[in-house]
Amino acid sequence: MNEFALLLAATLNAGTVLAIAALGLLINEKAGIVNLGAEGIMLCAAIAGFAAVVHTGNDWVGFLAGAGAGALLASIFGVLVIWLNTNQYATGLALSLFGVGFSAFAGVKYVQEKLPERPNFAIPLLSDIPLVGTAIFKQHPIVYFTVLLAVGIVWFLYRTRSGLVLRSVGESPESAHALGYPVRRIRLLAVVVGGALCGVAGAYLSIIYTPLWVEGMVAGKGWIALALTTFATWRPARVLLGAYLFGGVTMLQFALQSRGVEISEQLLSMLPYVATIVVLALISRNPAWIRVNMPASLGRPFYPNA
Amino acid sequence: MSQTNTPPRLELRGITKRYPAVVANDGVSLVVAPGEIHAVLGENGAGKSTLMKIIYGAVKPDAGEVFFNGEPHLAKNPRESRALGISMVFQHFSLFETLSVAENIWLGLDQSMSLEQVREQIAATASKFGLPLEADRPVHTLSVGERQRVEIMRSLMTHPKLLILDEPTSVLTPQAVEKLFDTLRQLAATGCSILYISHKLDEIRSLCTNCTVLRGGKVTGTVDPRNESNASLSRLMIGAEPPALQHRDATLGDVALSVRDLSLTSEATFGTDLHHVTLDVRGGEIVGIAGVSGNGQQELLAALSGESVRAPRGSVLLFGNDIATKNPQARRAGGLHFIPEERLGRGAVPMHSLAMNGLLTRASDLVKSSFISWVSPSRNAMLARDVISRFNVKAGGSDAAAKSLSGGNLQKYIVGREISVAPKVLIVSQPTWGVDVGAAAQIRGELLKLRDNGCAVLVVSEELDELFELCDRLHVIAKGKLSPSIATREASVELIGEWMSGLWEKVV
Repeated sequence: MNEFALLLAATLNAGTVLAIAALGLLINEKAGIVNLGAEGIMLCAAIAGFAAVVHTGNDWVGFLAGAGAGALLASIFGVLVIWLNTNQYATGLALSLFGVGFSAFAGVKYVQEKLPERPNFAIPLLSDIPLVGTAIFKQHPIVYFTVLLAVGIVWFLYRTRSGLVLRSVGESPESAHALGYPVRRIRLLAVVVGGALCGVAGAYLSIIYTPLWVEGMVAGKGWIALALTTFATWRPARVLLGAYLFGGVTMLQFALQSRGVEISEQLLSMLPYVATIVVLALISRNPAWIRVNMPASLGRPFYPNA
Repeated sequence: MSQTNTPPRLELRGITKRYPAVVANDGVSLVVAPGEIHAVLGENGAGKSTLMKIIYGAVKPDAGEVFFNGEPHLAKNPRESRALGISMVFQHFSLFETLSVAENIWLGLDQSMSLEQVREQIAATASKFGLPLEADRPVHTLSVGERQRVEIMRSLMTHPKLLILDEPTSVLTPQAVEKLFDTLRQLAATGCSILYISHKLDEIRSLCTNCTVLRGGKVTGTVDPRNESNASLSRLMIGAEPPALQHRDATLGDVALSVRDLSLTSEATFGTDLHHVTLDVRGGEIVGIAGVSGNGQQELLAALSGESVRAPRGSVLLFGNDIATKNPQARRAGGLHFIPEERLGRGAVPMHSLAMNGLLTRASDLVKSSFISWVSPSRNAMLARDVISRFNVKAGGSDAAAKSLSGGNLQKYIVGREISVAPKVLIVSQPTWGVDVGAAAQIRGELLKLRDNGCAVLVVSEELDELFELCDRLHVIAKGKLSPSIATREASVELIGEWMSGLWEKVV
């Protein structure tokens, strides 16, 4: 039973990276912008965060540095695709490749570095509950922040006027423009917020999850986060579900591998991807549901004076 | 003009707007009194839209002045115009499909109200003006008429002093038009002035109390339409009366095109599914399909033309042969030709020359079929020149790019391209949409000639006048279902209007 609790704890921990990044991407996709640069942004933020912790010894400075690096890269991307109308997919791919190279270059000095002693987190009293305490209440604060973030995004998108404006910009920028909304600024803001959240995810990876700097350590999580938003039909709760599912199956296959289960390692490594796609495809298979939730102008450029 | 007590709501003096190729407005002046319903009448390209954009602040005039309530009107953009009380309902709606009615309206208002207050206001305005609307329905579930109501509601909630409506009835059934007019009359009675842009003479005569007629960017007359006839308005609008068409009795041939119990789910986002559509077109007759757009016309046309080959086997027959799963090329080889609604992009490639555009549907005549199919520029040019001269297309020769032609001339070219192969079956969608009156009359004349020569013609159109003028029999399409056919001479506009709401089961 205790093993199960540990597995659940590891699941929450592993799912958090994906969940934060995917929620960030969800925000900018709801405004109509696809940022394929997520992988590169996360890598740059991972090294920025790691370096900041190495030099200051403070994890929160590290998260701030990660968010700042993410926001900076996203704002460059945003200006290119929103004002200069470069192709969103090509620009995003370029950003992704840039991030892989740049983070490796900037991180050379840090490959051997170690972070100061990682603190243990535990919520007093609650963490003493048997099993449940181990499973849920001994996590880094960012893990709980992620859940609050998802709830906050649901409330923002579907309960506030600002959220409505954001959705309208992603739905039909031409109509929003005709009504007098500053479409480009709204889109840029969404992209910057999305980038900052990808940055937090990258920093969590290098500061808490691993915690190490290794070249290319994001290892495709940026791409998985992008895929998650789509498979989750742009609904925050489903993004969260998908992220934890992926994290959970990843941890499960590690556990199976370490026990020497007689399944080939390659097949086991496929498991998280297959399970996530199958589950999300099943719950999101209603085409009408996709129509209603997919931002209609996703990926399309917008020319305000055309 | 020294009245000080009540200045006119809107006054234009000598508005001129030049574009590189055309003078869109040339010294246009007009005066709209408070509470007046003022028509702006003109053909496509007469300069109506440019004039409205100038009033709405979206376009700056090169010369001339605009006065609003006696004050110089200097709004630099639509937002400032709205703040002054000028509101516009566009021909193409600017609604958000996935949002609810209330959310759509909320987005058009300033920030001071909560969504709950907006819902209450909608209910209040709805009962005041007789505009029933369910605030929580998502817009994509609404009919076109209901969507227009949302747009109008959005305008009304800003309490406008001047409401501009751009061709508002082009998407409505005749009954819905009557309801709209009631609303507009009520609104005018509260002191709001209305600028009503249209090219439909009957509507202007029944609704408006004043009318400014534009032709080629100039004002050709300001009249009280209630004292005018269609003929006199038409003379002001196009400088002549449209030529009458010759409609001879049909000599019916065999069934050429036959649709048998065709049901098809739509692939498009918010598309319409087809339900058990059955239809016959015989040689030597023109069959019309009326209906408000978005009721399955696109889906039906795609299944008939071969753009979609998903129709079940045996549901589309050409002279008895099953063509349901054949591609457009195979259908053309069987004598079926199709003229789509969108001229640029589907009927013709915008950047390509007319000669190259001939290849789109005439490749079998133009390309030497051998192991490698060679394109012959001279043969292409010959075909283009032939169509240009035979159908009186105004174009800069066979090398002119398709997009350089006016709508009417390009439509004549496309119709000419299909007609000159002497098709056995011709399917036409919106043959004269956005085409000037002269070209429209010519195109309709050509379609009638084709029919007299034994071709089976199927016309899909939103313009009832056109269908009544052309067709021998009429069907109506509503919510993806096709009504039974009725001989045109036994049909009335009222009956077809009722059918357009899907109400033929009761009648038949």
